[in-house]
Amino acid sequence: MPLNREFIGREYPVKETFEVGREHIRQFADAIGDRNPIYRDPEAARAAGHPDVIAPPTFLTVLGFRFGMDSPVVDPTLGLNYALVVHGEQRFELHRPVRAGDVLSTVTKVADIRDAGRNELMTMVSEVTAADGERVATTTSTLVSRGTAEPKEA
Amino acid sequence: MPSYADVEVGTALPEQSFPVQRLNLVMYCGASGDFNIIHWNERIATAVGLPNVIAHGMFTMAEAGRVVTDWAGDPGAVLEYGVRFSKPVPVPDDDKGAMLTVSGRVEDKLDGNRVVVGLTATIEGGTQVLSGARAVVRLP
Repeated sequence: MPLNREFIGREYPVKETFEVGREHIRQFADAIGDRNPIYRDPEAARAAGHPDVIAPPTFLTVLGFRFGMDSPVVDPTLGLNYALVVHGEQRFELHRPVRAGDVLSTVTKVADIRDAGRNELMTMVSEVTAADGERVATTTSTLVSRGTAEPKEA
Repeated sequence: MPSYADVEVGTALPEQSFPVQRLNLVMYCGASGDFNIIHWNERIATAVGLPNVIAHGMFTMAEAGRVVTDWAGDPGAVLEYGVRFSKPVPVPDDDKGAMLTVSGRVEDKLDGNRVVVGLTATIEGGTQVLSGARAVVRLP
């Protein structure tokens, strides 16, 4: 079953905020085996010019899971079967580093759904902002829905 | 930290190899919130046609990014980072797991002291697991 193309252009603001904590950044850095002190030690972070410890460049992936219930992918009318999904592409534009103490919210837009051979590609763009409205990051995720493209005439 | 003036197109970043074991994936599940069963349950992973439990693509992306952040020193220097996930990283349940090897080189110099770093990530056997992996980094 092809994905519902009426979703293209829809926007999904999250209903809660995400507070970035020092211990969560440390846990994430531990999970990727990264000992960089700028993720762990506020003094080291300040020496590098940051107000507090910062998060690794891919840390914002946690928002997608924390806010999964506000995501278009869980809307049954989209027609996405998660068992057929693989992550195709990911991109982060960091307008500034994510840091401990940030209270983040996101608006995710379905930028595109298109065929790629027998698969479909669904691209979502999320704007991540801090509590004061400062733009923090723009993240772009492309999911591959395997084998769901409308069959084409030979 | 390397300076913008010191790097040229073609400058190589120090290559690194990252062992990936089941424990790493379990830790990444907890830290990221991505508990997709294919990252920790071999029975289900193989039943849906995967060669084994596979690493989170985002885990692989994070490890590859360490080649850039270790080189830059300050991870806050990374302005953009994007990858395509071209092949999975199977992680067998043995004492070795998988080995991810990542190299990088400066592909372009931009204005504003920014450089483009291209990354290559391979697993044993030479399979490239990322494609189009690039980071934009601001150097002093």
